[in-house]
Amino acid sequence: MANAERRVPIESGCPDGIQYMHPVMRENFGHWRYHEDPRPGVLRHVAHSGDEIWTVRAGTQRILDLFTLRKLCEIGDQFADGYIRFTIRSNIEFMLSDGDRVAALVEALESNGFVVGGTRNSVAAISHTQGWLHCDIPATDASGVVKSMMDQLVDEFRQWNMPNRVHITTSCCQINCGGQGDIAINIQHTKPPKIDHTQVANVCERPSVVARCPVAAIRPAMVNGKPSLEVDERKCVCCGACYPPCPPMQINDPEHSKLAVWVGGNHSNARARPTFQKLVAAGIPNNPPRWPEATAIVKRILKAYQTHAKDWERINDWVERIGWPRFFELTGLPFTKFHIDNWRGQQKSLNASTHLRF
Amino acid sequence: MKSHPTPMLDQLESGEWPSFVTGIKRLRDTHPDRRIRETTNDLLGQLEYSYETRKGYWKGGTVSVFGYGGGIIPRFSSVGDLFPQSKEFHTLRVQPPAGNYYTTDILRQLANSWEKWGSGLVTFHGQTGNIMFIGANTKNTQHFFNEINEYGFDLGGAGPCVRTAQSCVGSGRCEQSCTNEHEIHRRLVNNFLDEMHRPALPYKFKFKVSGCPNDCMNAIERADFAVIGTWRDDMQVDQTEVKQYLSDKGRQYIIDHVISRCPTHALSLTDENRLEVENADCVRCMHCLNVMPKALSPGKDRGVSLLIGGKRTLKIGDRFGTMMIPFMKLENESDYEKLVALAEETIDFFAENALEHERIGEMIERIGLVNFIEALSIDVDPNMIVHPRENSYVRTDQWEEEAQKWFEHHPNDDPSADVA
Ligand code: HEM
Ligand code: SF4
Ligand code: SF4
Ligand code: SF4
Ligand code: SF4
Repeated sequence: MANAERRVPIESGCPDGIQYMHPVMRENFGHWRYHEDPRPGVLRHVAHSGDEIWTVRAGTQRILDLFTLRKLCEIGDQFADGYIRFTIRSNIEFMLSDGDRVAALVEALESNGFVVGGTRNSVAAISHTQGWLHCDIPATDASGVVKSMMDQLVDEFRQWNMPNRVHITTSCCQINCGGQGDIAINIQHTKPPKIDHTQVANVCERPSVVARCPVAAIRPAMVNGKPSLEVDERKCVCCGACYPPCPPMQINDPEHSKLAVWVGGNHSNARARPTFQKLVAAGIPNNPPRWPEATAIVKRILKAYQTHAKDWERINDWVERIGWPRFFELTGLPFTKFHIDNWRGQQKSLNASTHLRF
Repeated sequence: MKSHPTPMLDQLESGEWPSFVTGIKRLRDTHPDRRIRETTNDLLGQLEYSYETRKGYWKGGTVSVFGYGGGIIPRFSSVGDLFPQSKEFHTLRVQPPAGNYYTTDILRQLANSWEKWGSGLVTFHGQTGNIMFIGANTKNTQHFFNEINEYGFDLGGAGPCVRTAQSCVGSGRCEQSCTNEHEIHRRLVNNFLDEMHRPALPYKFKFKVSGCPNDCMNAIERADFAVIGTWRDDMQVDQTEVKQYLSDKGRQYIIDHVISRCPTHALSLTDENRLEVENADCVRCMHCLNVMPKALSPGKDRGVSLLIGGKRTLKIGDRFGTMMIPFMKLENESDYEKLVALAEETIDFFAENALEHERIGEMIERIGLVNFIEALSIDVDPNMIVHPRENSYVRTDQWEEEAQKWFEHHPNDDPSADVA
């Protein structure tokens, strides 16, 4: 065993995906002509050669147990020539060269508890991070929020009810590993870190904690005769960045860490330039195991978008057209002083014109 | 073994969306290996405890495999006395094949290895792009890695290093693809394995590859070095298919949803139902191609754009990548070598000039784009900006030399050449 542990690694890096690619995809690599959407969750791509590849997409629980993974493999062998890929939202895709087997594959997936959909103008699976299951700084769970929310949105995943695709993301802290989304549900700490002064000297690398703070709110200090840190609470934006290098600066708070909802993040270049998501609601209780308050707000935003947006408008395109006053009116969400940016570059988001909406 | 009660988690078993709780319970209750049953039991116990107290209980630490400095996210429980069987629960970040393609055979092989050494829980894929094998103790981490490494899998990045990359499905299936995403992905990452496995950069550095400006990989926002396929000649239009869309969807629909949505008014529909594209105005946004994939295709002179400096919030706020190289051909060996060389120079400059914990986008913002491109010998290009500067505090005493440089690269634009 000592030998096993001193084994020199083979630094092979990223494996070649071509070896795992369906032969029809390999043969037509770079020569695809168009695609069609025969039904939700199913894609049909046609190559210049006339070859076809059919894809069936299904949502999974993302945190897969081996039984589930093997079940997916079994379905893949039985119906899809054994070729699988995953999307970045942890959907599974089965590829097959023959459209005749699609219906049976869909049926096999659904009857085993997976949900077929997530293509075109549906609400795609929520991409999420680790949360309480694994990360070291999460104020909420990610898998649980997503499970609760997708239970409510499962019909929107299965159908094409939205004006354009909707990408939802969650992040279990403000660092925001979950990324931009048409709708993003992120944790927002609302109180400065509580410092355990007895521990700081032992476990914190104090200069790097000080350097990490985006608003220079942290200063070295002596507390009860021991070297520690102090936080200027008026400056602190409760971002939590000081916590990873200094765990005694406890930022998570069972009561005061709240959920916030952001909208309009869109990284695609289609139509307008890519956009960042914007804050629309905060102070939402972090309420396991079902987080009903957050889900209700997401549903309200989706409803307004579905009713009022035009075909092909993503949420950011829609809000751009109707304007923020109308967005708050249509969703019934309160507009507060916290929606007005006060960070650097704030001027960009202020209205320096008489363009008004009433 | 007595199972921990999980009244709150149990509520996540109802509803139609597949439940991770049901999956973990299945491991706890029916897996033949006692180690897996006990580990998942204590994991559920700790998770339930988090749900009750609304707090997380994982701490970091240091765990790595022999020869590497990173690639594993160490997790030690701070409530390990209560849940001892999952108190070491590390995640191995493993690099997926480019494009996330698998056969069921290779998935089973990975599953078998993980069954031997891990908790039985795995994620395809984390947001960073890795396969996340969640839950090995310190000792088994090495064994699991040894085993999968023998058949072609390697750890990805964690810490201040080059990270695992991501590439879209691209040429394998997508008609919009303008490049070979897989080749780019593998060339870039596999050239920097030393920087990936032995973290020594100021902070993380991510590559992502999307085959077209739809950017399905979110490269523009989440990659320090984004490679995005594009074209520079005329869009290809199949007028017969245009007529087909017109008859299927109606003229009004095509006007409202294609013509008038073009951000630069580059499209028009003639009285004869021909779609005319003013290609000089097209910004390759992809909208019209997305709506009419049968009728419209990218041009034939294809390549990639490079954008540098995208990232999320910490520390100074979110940034998209900035356009650095609007167009680069990627056809032959020497084109790829140029791309890799540019990535090398970028990372070298980042390593030497960024502050600790500063992403390259923040570094560029601090030193100014001009200093960055001059250091890398990248030519200025008006595509780098949305508009020229507005503030007047600038020294222009080298104007003549700079203007001369521009005309050397763009002789046809020189008005004096016209006169002559
Ligand atoms: C101790 C601190 C941190 C830990 C433990 C941590 C952990 C993680 C984990 C586990 C993931 C993968 C999540 C998943 O896919 O499930 C992730 C992704 C990510 N993290 Fe963090 N993270 C930390 C700090 C940060 C910081 C400071 C940033 C700053 C911007 C950050 C930005 C991101 C981003 C953008 C992603 C997604 C990356 C991508 O899409 O490529 N993280 N992080
Ligand atoms: S969003 Fe925050 S808490 Fe969640 S995985 Fe990322 S760093 Fe951890
Ligand atoms: S929470 Fe953020 S702003 Fe507040 S002290 Fe810590 S690093 Fe600074
Ligand atoms: S980024 Fe473009 S080429 Fe890649 S999958 Fe998306 S649409 Fe296709
Ligand atoms: S790709 Fe975009 S910019 Fe170009 S013609 Fe189509 S809609 Fe207009």
